[in-house]
Amino acid sequence: MKNRLMLIFKILLIAVSPVFGQSNIMATNEGNISFFSNAPLEDIEAKNNKVISLIDTRKNEIAVRVPIKQFQFRNKLMQEHFNENYMESEKYPHATFKGKINEVIDYKKHGFYDVTSTGILNIHGVNQKRTLKGKLIINGAGIRLDTHFNVLLKDHKIKIPRLVFNKIAEEIAVATSFTYSPQAK
Amino acid sequence: MNPSVIANHPQKPLSLASHGSSWYYSFRAKFILLILFAFPASSSAQDDLLKMATDSNEVTISNLTFKATRIINGHSVETAAKQNLDFIISHRFERLNQGFKEFFGLDAATNRVGLEYGLTDNLMIGIGRSSFEKNYDFFGKFRMLRQSAGAKSVPLSVSAFGGYALRTRQTTPQLSGVDRSSYTAQVLIARKFNEALSLQLSPTLIYRNLPDLTTDAKAIFATGIGGRVKITKRTSLNGEYNYVLPNQIDESYTNNLSFSYDIETGGHVFQLLFTNSFGMVERQFITETDGSWGNGDIHFGFNISRTFSFAKKITTEK
Repeated sequence: MKNRLMLIFKILLIAVSPVFGQSNIMATNEGNISFFSNAPLEDIEAKNNKVISLIDTRKNEIAVRVPIKQFQFRNKLMQEHFNENYMESEKYPHATFKGKINEVIDYKKHGFYDVTSTGILNIHGVNQKRTLKGKLIINGAGIRLDTHFNVLLKDHKIKIPRLVFNKIAEEIAVATSFTYSPQAK
Repeated sequence: MNPSVIANHPQKPLSLASHGSSWYYSFRAKFILLILFAFPASSSAQDDLLKMATDSNEVTISNLTFKATRIINGHSVETAAKQNLDFIISHRFERLNQGFKEFFGLDAATNRVGLEYGLTDNLMIGIGRSSFEKNYDFFGKFRMLRQSAGAKSVPLSVSAFGGYALRTRQTTPQLSGVDRSSYTAQVLIARKFNEALSLQLSPTLIYRNLPDLTTDAKAIFATGIGGRVKITKRTSLNGEYNYVLPNQIDESYTNNLSFSYDIETGGHVFQLLFTNSFGMVERQFITETDGSWGNGDIHFGFNISRTFSFAKKITTEK
């Protein structure tokens, strides 16, 4: 009888473990990304809070997916040009990054970590191998990852037309901030 | 639920089962089967983290069915964005068939200057002043439906347009303000079939308090058909035809037909166009066009729009 009760208890434990157990996937689908570029007439700036990102804490991998059409500009015509002319978002709707996190991180331990991730950055359908730097903050609320990096337009075959009134810089400064929570199954 | 958790520990229940009745064993086996059956994909899906990073609720809105708030003369489904001001200058030159003496119509022109402003991303207002008949026009346009794909699939974009126009040119006898007024209501229905092709249907009702010809009906039903074909990322060819249903206006009037070549240059949209209408307000080009393409009554013209943004900060939707 005792064995039978133990077994039932074990089965129940297995059955409910995904609810209480720690998931190895940390996720967000409302990550922030913004970029900035100096231009003589009007600075170019856009924000997007619809970024999906996952961290696999067991494999120490990160994946990021940015929906290009969700970038919001002050000037909507600029937003149109960004989508239609530069990013061709109809053809390339997402920018992605998938990489290995190079540092060994104890995700259970609170603190600040300087991290780097080496992987493939895909913008405008063009892959670039990049090592991106970031700051990982682990606290009771979850995991936060902040990064800053630059993107060279010509690395991703983003052409600047000759006939533009707003001259656009060759290099764009990108900043991201993602707050992860354990992925609900 | 991860089946590997169970699969990794098959020894314990088996040894337990050998101690006592086979009830445990069969229950356990059924339980594993149930779980494997219910969650077959969960372990394989984790193989590619990037594939997992998708949002099944993602909605892709079809933006830019047309480049501008006009197809050529008539309104498109597009509205000015929130806190964005469009300044539009339009010219229509005289008829090409006037020949070299009038430099193919370029010696004389009418113009319209307009300001358009987005109150919200779905509601815009506008005002314009045409040299032709010294006409003032006021309008509002509201986006009712936006074409989208994904979790929320909408096949069409629909906007409603309402306009008022007032002639202020001196006439003898001088007409009252009411007699010089006209009203326009339109439902603009458009679909962006793909990156290159967009088409629009525009059922229209125009009401003129006092038509120029007393034999004309006051309320005129018409429908616009327009479209654009993108040639490159920054240029497109547009066409527009406004069909007035029969037996409403005098036979000397013709239907408006226009073609344009749109060039977008970052901040500006240029539309270079050919049309058989002189006026640029609905009453003028839908119900009072008298030029005929067949006779060469074709006007060269252009629209130039420049967008200014008054948005202080970038608003991202929640």
